[in-house]
Amino acid sequence: MASGVKPRVKVPKKASAGDVITIKTLISHKMESGQRKDGDGNVIPRSIINRFVADFNGENVIDVTLEPAISTNPYFQFDATVPETGEFHFTWYDDDGDVYETKKKITVS
Amino acid sequence: MGIKLISFVSALVFAGSAYAQDSNQLNVEGELFVSTTAAPSHMENVDTLYSGWHFRSGETQALQLDDFDNPGMVFVDQGIDLFAKVDGSEGKSCQSCHEDVEDFAGLRTQLPRVEDGQLVSMENLVNDCRTERMGAEAWKWSSTNMTAVTGLIGLQSRGMPMNVKIDGDAAPFWEAGKELYYTRVGQLDMSCSNCHEDNYGVMIRADHLSQGQINGFPAYRLKNAKLNSIHNRFKGCMSNIRATPFKEGGKEFKALELYIASRGEGLAVETPSVRN
Repeated sequence: MASGVKPRVKVPKKASAGDVITIKTLISHKMESGQRKDGDGNVIPRSIINRFVADFNGENVIDVTLEPAISTNPYFQFDATVPETGEFHFTWYDDDGDVYETKKKITVS
Repeated sequence: MGIKLISFVSALVFAGSAYAQDSNQLNVEGELFVSTTAAPSHMENVDTLYSGWHFRSGETQALQLDDFDNPGMVFVDQGIDLFAKVDGSEGKSCQSCHEDVEDFAGLRTQLPRVEDGQLVSMENLVNDCRTERMGAEAWKWSSTNMTAVTGLIGLQSRGMPMNVKIDGDAAPFWEAGKELYYTRVGQLDMSCSNCHEDNYGVMIRADHLSQGQINGFPAYRLKNAKLNSIHNRFKGCMSNIRATPFKEGGKEFKALELYIASRGEGLAVETPSVRN
């Protein structure tokens, strides 16, 4: 497992039905591109987050493929319309097979 | 006509940026910070202090206003983990003695300070605890672990005004720092004051010179995507003027740190700030 990986998410706690809300996500990850060499000239193997998914109550909101050129600590900000009270489910997929997950509840009145 | 109009507009833009420090307000997480204030009486050549935040572009400034957007907070989070992590032969973590990190509120504003005849920076305090109480190895001055922990401790003082002691037993160190500040060094034969006192606000290559304030350190820099210590920044400046930098944690940089901290008296601590 890549070290120091920590997902963090900012979702408003409350919203009105049909509101467009802004969601911010950030995961600390070194995003090693696989293009760099170490001091001895050996290639440092690629190690990145390659996919990010956000679901709301089981319905997909966003599904992103990440490429090696994306820099360290990838940050995503996007808007979503919330029709009802529910839970956002965020998932990041690491090259080494690890999956990092976070959930956030939102109350819609 | 169209071309003339465009050149007129661009001339206006240039005129506007002659004084790069803007009048925006530093409002972090809904709290208004003192980012510009009257200079302390010991500064003869400067009337108004400006935080380095005022010299940055709008995008960079915005990053510091929201703790979620502030990339420095990623490292502060690492600092929280390190603070609770047991290390060394005594089986202790920082938390074993300092139960609540919030007890450090106000510490950043007073450092560096004189203890037992020695000038000490926050890095010294951290390493003293590590070697003497925890039985752990000292961290390097600007290592990732060190800046994460100094960032966390500095954050507890965020918003409080800088207020280092410069009289009494601190006076000789302060004088030494002032001497360094005004001494020309390196192949380019420049002193700190040439840029940060005489020319703040004007362009140096593609960037605006700031007053060289250290109220936001350790600072997250976009150029290297990590927290940077004060002494590391001094070192960068000295390399840029083609001088041989002093040693990080050495007596020269500590004296300079004290003097420059005193030049920011009254500015709010911004740790961790975002700069380019």
